[in-house]
Amino acid sequence: MRHRASLILGAVLVGLMAAAGLVSLAWTPWPLAEIDVLNKLAAPSAAHPLGTDGLGRDLLSRLMAGAANSLSVAAGAVLLGGGIGTGLGLLASAWGGRVEEALMRLCDLSFAFPALLFAIMLAAAFGPSLLNTGLAIAFINVPIFARVARGAANQVWVRDFVLAGRAAGRGRAAISRDHIVPNIAAPLIVQATIEIATAILAEAALSYLGLGAQPPAASWGRMLAEAQTLLWVAPMQAVWPGLCITAAVLGFGLLGDGLRDWADPRLVRRQA
Amino acid sequence: MTRHQPLLIPAAILALSLPAALPALAQEQGTVRIGEMQEPTVLDPTVDATASIDEMLTQNLYESLTTVNEAGEVLPQLAESWEISDDGLTYTFTLTQDAAFHDGTPFDAEAVRFSFERAMAEGSTNPSSDIWEPIESVTVTDPRTIEVTLSRPDAFFLFNLAQGDASIVSPASAETNVTEPVGTGPFRFVSWTRGDRLVLEKNPDHRDAGEVTIPGVEFRFITDASAMAAALLAGELDRAGLGAPELLAQFENDDRFTVEIGTTEGEVILALNNGRAPFDDIRAREAVNRAIDREEIIAGAMDGTATPIGSFYPPHGPAYVDLTGTWPHDTETAAALFQEVGVTELSLTVPPFPYATRSAEIIQAELAQAGVAVSVETVEWGYWLEEVYSNRNYDMTIIAHTSPNDMGNFARGPEYFYGFQSDEFDALWDRISAETDAEARNALLEEGQRYLAENAVMAFLFQLPELAVQRSDLEGFWTAAPVLYQPLKEVHWAE
Repeated sequence: MRHRASLILGAVLVGLMAAAGLVSLAWTPWPLAEIDVLNKLAAPSAAHPLGTDGLGRDLLSRLMAGAANSLSVAAGAVLLGGGIGTGLGLLASAWGGRVEEALMRLCDLSFAFPALLFAIMLAAAFGPSLLNTGLAIAFINVPIFARVARGAANQVWVRDFVLAGRAAGRGRAAISRDHIVPNIAAPLIVQATIEIATAILAEAALSYLGLGAQPPAASWGRMLAEAQTLLWVAPMQAVWPGLCITAAVLGFGLLGDGLRDWADPRLVRRQA
Repeated sequence: MTRHQPLLIPAAILALSLPAALPALAQEQGTVRIGEMQEPTVLDPTVDATASIDEMLTQNLYESLTTVNEAGEVLPQLAESWEISDDGLTYTFTLTQDAAFHDGTPFDAEAVRFSFERAMAEGSTNPSSDIWEPIESVTVTDPRTIEVTLSRPDAFFLFNLAQGDASIVSPASAETNVTEPVGTGPFRFVSWTRGDRLVLEKNPDHRDAGEVTIPGVEFRFITDASAMAAALLAGELDRAGLGAPELLAQFENDDRFTVEIGTTEGEVILALNNGRAPFDDIRAREAVNRAIDREEIIAGAMDGTATPIGSFYPPHGPAYVDLTGTWPHDTETAAALFQEVGVTELSLTVPPFPYATRSAEIIQAELAQAGVAVSVETVEWGYWLEEVYSNRNYDMTIIAHTSPNDMGNFARGPEYFYGFQSDEFDALWDRISAETDAEARNALLEEGQRYLAENAVMAFLFQLPELAVQRSDLEGFWTAAPVLYQPLKEVHWAE
């Protein structure tokens, strides 16, 4: 039952964050960029449930918009990087030999390249933005997914039904599409869920450094940076975005764990 | 001094905050440890415009012919006295006999001539062309006397000579001053660890050594305001400037510290690139001036600690005239003007200083109300110098001009990053620098302020305050700095 608990808790946390983010696209309690410096750092009230930030902007509204930014960047980056990585992994597995060797060494190489440094380079070349942050995070994900996909695919390629397909004269591309992908989907989905948690942290770190979301866009990492000098006078300014990051990362982590346990046939059997 | 004003800013910030002290746990009263936010690029103020070099070394390690006091009055330093000819063109300086460079080479008129000619030379990287531009010739009469002839009267000449850019260096060590500075000052160089600290010790051979009671000074480079505050609280620093006013709160009720909110020469402006559309059109500049609300900016960005300015002159100066009402805050008029000129989008490129990044977000919101979408980009200092200051590739930026007497910036021609040129103002500035009568000069400076405000050349925001925290048993620091530097000779520990 343990895995089911983490699955449920993870799904609830992720669902809450995603819902808050989705709602913020259509509606927030206050306009996001509306400043009111005479009312800055206000305590929670009926009008501002979590109070206001250093420029008098509604904190709850900005946290909600931060959820939209963080989740969309993280999920988008993992989908993009994961998609490319999976494609490369499948290619390597289907062709084998030198192609496989070359692609996997390329992955090793990109693992050696610090992700933050790459993001800073992107920001220097194209200007800091959420899009460039997303691209940098996607880049980190390519080799991760290439490895997972190739490892899983290699196990499927030697199964009897694949050999039968090849004997029947089907091409490698067709076999990859019709037989390999469905059989490696589960580990990839689990991997993606866990990588989203990492991507949320990465986005927060980059925005904290000023390389991600630019004003007046809201981002949890940016809010943390802004709260830094206010720790003495208004500690909650840092606590709220910190809690959001924690909850989102924890949520995706638990969800990933739960999915993995659920998808693992051995565990299912044992518990049955 | 104008050339580098922008650079000063960071320094200023840091400087503002300069040194602070903590009397935490019955602290030792030894070397004074001062927090500095801007790492110096080199240690020679005569070749580089970075403000922190001047802040730390001018009149401390190096000396100039003259110096100024906290009131901004010119006093003798390496020149004991001087005479000015009746036409105001020839200055005859009598030099002190009691000075020597830290490496033992003697200080004499030859060193002064060398220093001046080095700064004036073709290809010199001295940051202040306007100090040297009026000088026609430098003649050594005898080892104690030097005669400087100007091509035109210059009311600021003696004041300018007190700046770090006019520091006197020794021919023997001029080339190595960038890493191992040698001067004649009351403190001498011990060590410089990049990214960490610069250490100076008392020079026991200095002519005023008897007045210096501290054994030395240590500047620690800490770029982050929160880290600076933490270092103060931990007893790692004796004094520091804090760029973020909200950090002061935790020190205000703490007996171990004194909080000083002083003034600087730093005018913070929202610079509008006059050299290209849309700000080559006064209607666009007026629209920005009407769209912004200084009170809101000061409350939000500076926690209410700054004084608004309506032109380019510090409120504590003798010629100041309050022009903050020139363009009353009026979002509707601003919106109409923006529409007339066809402005819907602008970029705002800001350097990474708290006063700039915070003001930027408020200005972004204010311009949004007037119908203009502003994209704010916070960039590194080096990038700012390159793209904004050198290449003039920007619409708007926010910067503090921390040099004294810097209204001449607006007479620097269209190649300066303002992209501004006006024959009328150039003529006015020529009259200001040539006018030697203080009262008449102040009247002209007032005219200059009006011209800049009425032509909405920039959006003038506020005067940068000096927000310093120091140990309460540390004394002798200036509250109002009329120049970039802070003489440390007078700094001492209380009982």
